[in-house]
Amino acid sequence: MTKRESSAEATESKLREEPSELLRELVAHLRQNRTQLREEWVARISETRLLTAMTKEEIFAEATSVYDSYVEALETETFEALQAYARNLSERIIPRGVETHEVVGIVLLLRDVLARSLFAKYQTDFKKLNRILDAYEPAANRIANTVAVGFVQERERVIRQQQEAIRELSTPVLQVRERLLILPIIGVIDPQRARQLTEQLLRGIRTNRAKVVVIDITGVAAMDATVANHLVQTVEASRLLGANVIVTGLSPEIAQTLVTIGIDLGKMNTVGDLQGGIEQAERLLGYKVMALGEAEPN
Amino acid sequence: MEVPILKQGDVLIATFQAALSDADLSQLRSGLVQQVVRFRSRGVIVDVTAMDVMDSFASRTLREIAHMIRLRGAETVIVGIQPEVAFAMVQLGLTLEGVATALDLEEGLNYLNQKFKRMK
Repeated sequence: MTKRESSAEATESKLREEPSELLRELVAHLRQNRTQLREEWVARISETRLLTAMTKEEIFAEATSVYDSYVEALETETFEALQAYARNLSERIIPRGVETHEVVGIVLLLRDVLARSLFAKYQTDFKKLNRILDAYEPAANRIANTVAVGFVQERERVIRQQQEAIRELSTPVLQVRERLLILPIIGVIDPQRARQLTEQLLRGIRTNRAKVVVIDITGVAAMDATVANHLVQTVEASRLLGANVIVTGLSPEIAQTLVTIGIDLGKMNTVGDLQGGIEQAERLLGYKVMALGEAEPN
Repeated sequence: MEVPILKQGDVLIATFQAALSDADLSQLRSGLVQQVVRFRSRGVIVDVTAMDVMDSFASRTLREIAHMIRLRGAETVIVGIQPEVAFAMVQLGLTLEGVATALDLEEGLNYLNQKFKRMK
């Protein structure tokens, strides 16, 4: 009885020890066959036409460092270094147009190549192969996961950064003459951007002491009723600050929207294009622009 | 708190100091309407720079002041509405229709002077 118990305990502890031992064996195998496996992997990558944005040499260089970090992550079972490497790699390859499916694809390819080599090595000992795979698969899956998540996070960070930049660039309030501001709006206006535009314009009116503002929406293809309403409110708020607003470049679709929501056109001063808007603004401000030849000699 | 009304040439100037009660606003309205005739003023400027909140009563009173003073033969300009206040007012539908507005006191005086010149 006691004998059996102790022997069971012994096998159990042996089993518990085994995964790390197996991993060590696995890592040794991967180190030994580094050159061959790496080349096989690179061949598979070009075969499946992944990473077309990069040259062969670059792929080989990256593959080497990915392979080494991969083996290291397997050996140490810590993923921080790999995570940092994945982030760094993503930072380098995202600007070159590498897609998520490619990154996930190459990591999965590496996983497959290595698994194949294990099959080949242990094909005579099925039990051992099973145990090796038990140790290998969770670690490999975790590595694939880490790399994919790192890539996606980096991508999201880039997207957030670009959104921020677009938001900052998207609302210039420009002074073209004393007391005359131009607000060119380009692209899609969502409620948040509309709000920001209004704030910037009202602040601009105050700081530049503007009397006339030309809002040019030639670059806006369409707007929904909420944003159209917001535009009208902006016009009225500007009037409360003592500035005249001229809206130019309304597209037929926007005109349709404004009519549908029943805008009181008496409140809106609209001119066909930006040039006409500026000319009218100059008239309101009392400027008279003429070519030099036209000026009457004194 | 009563709003002081200053006389500057042809123009009466009333400057809001801070948030006013409804009673103060009503008092300002009757004060202005009386004095505009007593001083034979041709213009009135109401400066609301110090107001960071404009409720419906205040904006209605401002509109009433402007319309009553027009009936008494003078022009009114509301000056110094803050950007945030302006947008809040518009969202509440308080747009001061038919009332002249200007950026600040200086602009308001310019506006009135131009108007007077045209009348001459």
